[in-house]
Amino acid sequence: MSDAILKVRDLKRDYVTKGGLFTPPRVLHAVKGVSFDVERGSTLAVVGESGCGKSTLARMLTMIDAPTSGSIEIDGAPIDISAGKVTREMRQAVQIVFQNPYGSLNPRQKIGAVLEEPLLLNTSTPAAERRDLAMAMLEKVGLKPEHYGRYPHMFSGGQRQRVAIARAIMLKPKLLVLDEPVSALDLSVQAQILNLLADLQDEFNLTYVFISHDLSVVRYIADQVMVMYFGEAVEYGTRDAVFDNPQHDYTKTLFAATPRADVASIKARLAAKSAA
Amino acid sequence: MSLLQIRNLRVEFDTAAGPFRALDGVDYTVEAGEVLAIVGESGSGKSVAMLAMMGLLPDSATVTADEMSFEGVDLRSLSTAQRRKVIGKDISMIFQEPIASLNPCFTVGFQLLETLKAHTDLNRRQRRDRVIELLTAVGIPEPERRVNAFPHQMSGGQCQRVMIAIATACHPKLLIADEPTTALDVTIQKQILDLLTGLQRDHGMGLIMITHDMGVVAETADRVVVQYQGKQMETADVLTLFEAPEHPYTRALLSALPENATGDRLPTVSDYTEAFASEQTEART
Repeated sequence: MSDAILKVRDLKRDYVTKGGLFTPPRVLHAVKGVSFDVERGSTLAVVGESGCGKSTLARMLTMIDAPTSGSIEIDGAPIDISAGKVTREMRQAVQIVFQNPYGSLNPRQKIGAVLEEPLLLNTSTPAAERRDLAMAMLEKVGLKPEHYGRYPHMFSGGQRQRVAIARAIMLKPKLLVLDEPVSALDLSVQAQILNLLADLQDEFNLTYVFISHDLSVVRYIADQVMVMYFGEAVEYGTRDAVFDNPQHDYTKTLFAATPRADVASIKARLAAKSAA
Repeated sequence: MSLLQIRNLRVEFDTAAGPFRALDGVDYTVEAGEVLAIVGESGSGKSVAMLAMMGLLPDSATVTADEMSFEGVDLRSLSTAQRRKVIGKDISMIFQEPIASLNPCFTVGFQLLETLKAHTDLNRRQRRDRVIELLTAVGIPEPERRVNAFPHQMSGGQCQRVMIAIATACHPKLLIADEPTTALDVTIQKQILDLLTGLQRDHGMGLIMITHDMGVVAETADRVVVQYQGKQMETADVLTLFEAPEHPYTRALLSALPENATGDRLPTVSDYTEAFASEQTEART
């Protein structure tokens, strides 16, 4: 691990639910001590079912939520939002793309404004330059200049996700957290977005933390894979190691549950059906 | 005689910009005990076709077909009251968003009882027993206690199980599942698909599976209809479709699967739309 841009050590996050008059408060351990490194320009995929803590992890990486204990280091600099000393530059280093492009864009904001807002809030770029940067970014993510003045409802799901990705990379982040970016999209659109992510990674040398529950997508895009189960990282390794030789029972269950779309498994299923 | 026979189905919506044709001459045949998958992207008309068949489209839609029959009965000639007797009993449907399709104001038990009350002659006690039986059949733990649960107290997978229980309450002959697992995790998806195919096999139901997930098709279907922009691209049995897809659009869909990726980038469906367009013009001339 020579050039790790993200170093996470023993990261924990507990949520405390308030107790009532006679019920003691309960502690929910959402993330129970996770450690990993992500190298610059590579992709770490985080896999797991809903409730396993993968989104909590994303919230901590993007400095939305403070960890209960453990450390996060981005590009050599430790971040700790509970101490309230995160600079604007630090926040620019990490951006996030959410799952649902229908919910993550403000319906009353034009696409141009969506893209310019990060610059407006974080930098002192003049308006004309912001506009040029937004135009250039639209083209980068495969949209057209005339889309600048349109509203989110005029776009399809795939186009909206392009806008969300464009917004996330406006500030040239070092690390991009993608929380299930393609699971709400059609298969054909999914392929386009995955290609776009690969193009952008090549161009800007971006580092991705890619959260997903779709193993076929993970296999395609990831360099490293981490499988989470009830807040713990039960499996962590290179893509080939995890896919070829899964160690943990949960990983095996996950592989078994993934639908297979190859001819051999269809034949096997039809044979089993006619035998029954 | 087929269970369901639809020929040359067309659906047009009146919009401010003139009529919009959502479906253009599609055919479906489902035999008893058969699993038909309808595959397509959003906007391909796969849900509209089923809603049209059940008469659930708004008034702005014009539905025409050369034939639309269920067990030999022409669905077009039925009055609304007669249609209601068939739908929910012999034909039933489950939808994509399990949490949104249950009424949040009533317990799941009540919503199950409602269906039984409308379609069966069972008395109160028998209905109650049947509800417990159904919840057990779809794998809800502690059904006696869960009948009194509200939808928000259950997980997405459990809500979908309840939806399946409601849909299968009257032993339908045809079950339509509209993207039943899109909102669910893979492990839960597997359980729901196993449950659906299990029920289908045990009761000899016809099952129409609407989906955009080729993996789901491969795991469940006997025959597959591929749709694109309201037109039928290809109909084939599942093995033929995956082994030797005829239509360029089907080939495009299959090669867009991440597990079939060969190179650095995934081929996208738009790489094939030109081939598709030229074939369309050929077909017309």
